[in-house]
Amino acid sequence: MAQKESILDRPLNELERRLLNDFQEGFPLTSRPFHTIAERVGCTEDEAMCTLQQLQSHQLISRVGPVFRPNRVGASTLAAMEVPLDRLQAVADIVNGYGEVNHNYEREHRLNLWFVVTAANRDMLESVLQEIEHITGLEVIDLPMIEDFHINLGFPLQWV
Amino acid sequence: MGMIGNTESLVSDPLDRELVQAVQGGLPLVVNPYAAIAEQLGTSETEVIRRLERLLEIGDIRRFGVVVRHRELGYRANAMVVWDVNDKRVSKIGRLIGRQSCVTLCYRRPRRPGRWRYNLFCMIHGRSREGVLNNLQALIKKCGLETIEHEVLFSRRRFKQCGARYVTEKESRDPVPCQTSLTVE
Repeated sequence: MAQKESILDRPLNELERRLLNDFQEGFPLTSRPFHTIAERVGCTEDEAMCTLQQLQSHQLISRVGPVFRPNRVGASTLAAMEVPLDRLQAVADIVNGYGEVNHNYEREHRLNLWFVVTAANRDMLESVLQEIEHITGLEVIDLPMIEDFHINLGFPLQWV
Repeated sequence: MGMIGNTESLVSDPLDRELVQAVQGGLPLVVNPYAAIAEQLGTSETEVIRRLERLLEIGDIRRFGVVVRHRELGYRANAMVVWDVNDKRVSKIGRLIGRQSCVTLCYRRPRRPGRWRYNLFCMIHGRSREGVLNNLQALIKKCGLETIEHEVLFSRRRFKQCGARYVTEKESRDPVPCQTSLTVE
């Protein structure tokens, strides 16, 4: 493999696939986690670490770390807005400007803008929603989670 | 002042909260990541690992590991499926849907009379729109959901995706250190 070849220019190799698929949970909590991983998948510590760095820098993974239980270490909600199409990008930009917003999608529905807001507590969360309503002049529907039914063990990847 | 002072959070230990803040954006990918975090917090590597293990054990951390970006890995279709389930049955049906392998999230949320009628949400990712719809049909059949009103909200543009940040008051208006991208399907 050529040194400069980008990870995106070729199919993912076996090591990359295993790192993406097998460590979505149970990432080693050891002093040298990449060493632990290397022993498990049969590569070197350096290979395991560098491959994950590459996957991260090419944005195939967003991070290696914890996924918190919703509303446990802070407050979060799913918010929905009905935005006139000619204002959608502008309103999305306003919403994106908040550090509390971590997902923001256009969806095929009358309510066409959906975003997740996470804050330290419910008061701060509500102040973000109110501010967005105030700035845009549009209603924000607040749909906080009431009950979580999913056992989140990661996402089993299937390779084409 | 200081860290996240609030009434709702259940992670109340000050060092745990600092730890949450230090790791919420992901581990540094260095040989000894937990030691690096420990240094930042002025504690020991053993303490960092012990506390993370405990947060996992009590379920405040749901999982600890690689968080993939679905779209970049070819899962370009993503549908939020919303269901209008009788309130008496919603927990039972939620648990059933939440167990299916094609489902990546399943939450009960409130109805908002006159504005929003659906009380159960699940997310289905797939490589194509058809794939997602096929999975949904299979899900409906397997779980016996034929009579439950639902809508499928495919995503169109992604304006932003990054990890949840339980930001502090001071930081909350700062620019966001995460990938913001515009993807048009």
